[in-house]
Amino acid sequence: MIRIANASGFWGDQPDAAARLVAQQPDLDFLTLDYLAEVSLSIMAIMRAKDPTAAYARDFVEVLRSLVPFYQAGGKTKIVTNAGGLDPPACARACAEVLRATNLAHLRLATVTGDDVLPALRADPAAFANLETAAPLSSVAPRLVTANAYLGAGPIAEALHAGADIVITGRVADPSLTVGPCRAHFGWGETDYDRLAGATVAGHLIECGTQACGGFSTDWLDLPDNHDIGFPVVEISADGSCVVTKPAGTGGAVTVPTVKEQLLYEIGNPGNYLSPDVTVSFLTLHVDQFSENRVRVSGATGRAPTGAYKVSATYRDGYKAHGLLTIFGNDAVKKARYAGEGILRRLAARGCVYRETLIECLGTGASVRGLASRMSDTHLVETVLRVSVAADTKEPVERFTREIAPLVTCGPQGVTGYATGRPKILPIFGYWPCLIDRAAVRPTMALLPP
Amino acid sequence: MIPLRQIAFARSGDKGASANVAVFARSPAAYAWLRDHLTATAVEEYFRPLGVGTVTRFEVPNLEALNFLLPAILAGGGSRSLRIDAQGKTLGMALLEMPVDAPAKFFSRS
Repeated sequence: MIRIANASGFWGDQPDAAARLVAQQPDLDFLTLDYLAEVSLSIMAIMRAKDPTAAYARDFVEVLRSLVPFYQAGGKTKIVTNAGGLDPPACARACAEVLRATNLAHLRLATVTGDDVLPALRADPAAFANLETAAPLSSVAPRLVTANAYLGAGPIAEALHAGADIVITGRVADPSLTVGPCRAHFGWGETDYDRLAGATVAGHLIECGTQACGGFSTDWLDLPDNHDIGFPVVEISADGSCVVTKPAGTGGAVTVPTVKEQLLYEIGNPGNYLSPDVTVSFLTLHVDQFSENRVRVSGATGRAPTGAYKVSATYRDGYKAHGLLTIFGNDAVKKARYAGEGILRRLAARGCVYRETLIECLGTGASVRGLASRMSDTHLVETVLRVSVAADTKEPVERFTREIAPLVTCGPQGVTGYATGRPKILPIFGYWPCLIDRAAVRPTMALLPP
Repeated sequence: MIPLRQIAFARSGDKGASANVAVFARSPAAYAWLRDHLTATAVEEYFRPLGVGTVTRFEVPNLEALNFLLPAILAGGGSRSLRIDAQGKTLGMALLEMPVDAPAKFFSRS
């Protein structure tokens, strides 16, 4: 049996999760930390333009620093993370510095690279049609920012076999962060599809941090101690089945409903879940509670993965900004709408052209506007006005950001909540999912010298 | 009519400009009812104001669940969408407010 916990579900998750996990449960074999959502790498590309050494999740270096006392006390938990982002070697160098400075240089670092396929996309745009729309890449090829293949568990397992304690990858499939340690531990081959499927399910269950333990769940309000939900731990057996649990003393709950919800989170066809390691069917899974906060997930079935890696590419696609103000008083929603429309009319009169604008009155069901039409908004005494614009160039968006605060003096009485400064101008990144032949990608593991 | 949340729980998430909503029955009887009545067409009709494309439904009987794929529902999704909910975080909660004509005996939570 191998015990794997997740200590980060996304770039920005709770910074002390890792240190708390190893304090709560020092017998963990592995910590996995996920930092990369669909467009995270494009944010790193922007960071790199300002500072060439900053193209990875620097937060992870701080996480490693927080684990120093644990390792100095003899802690053995290994780490697998995709914190390397666009530059795993730079991330590993920063980690090596932390380890050297704290007399932990015996801990071995390894990197996994080879996921960057931007040159391939640039060289032959015709070969990389959009998976969702079938559109050809040529229309956006000159604006490409990143293109990374989702690598599998193979190079992670290889790094662990070679003696790595901390494996830093770029883009890999999220569940592969868990499948890699399983392959290294159990010695599974590339064609042990049912076992790989089980470990893939386990990895999928923990990849979003506390979501397996009641975070983001329908019945969140009924959870015990929901102010401090535990991060998930999977105990994976040699047959690929697992028990989902969490450290004792933490909040939330691991129940059949919390586990089921996470099983189908961000899933398309449950009979055909594609990963670079294995194609998984969720239709054969059994989910059983056998004691408090322990849920067994078994029965996963797998078959050979496809001959292609999925690629997540991003391209520059203009700018946007969102402005927020609170409007209080009678007819609050009506006033908010007039005020929002007024901003856009003033900007139009000054020649600003936007490809898209949006006015939302939060509190009226705006998150699902149109569906919540049964909800009457006329009685609301308060609403948050949110005005958004998008344009191909920066200038009209910048002009927009100067028109929010003036509503305090030119809008209705009762406008407040303006003290947070001008809205930020945000770059928009288009998302371009596509496929690349496996033969065109070279996953590469490197063990750093001690 | 009762809100769907009385017989089911749900989870939504994003995939590019699309989203999925998984609906889980709170009892075996509720699953049988949902399988027969919560069709792809009904869900597509419900989400039409958000600009959803053709909805696909997957049955997951071993989890007493139905998984709905909602193409193009996120107005661009990710970093593109201007909406407050660019990533479909609210769609599960929204579907659970759907009024359904389910018999009272399914009300109990599992």
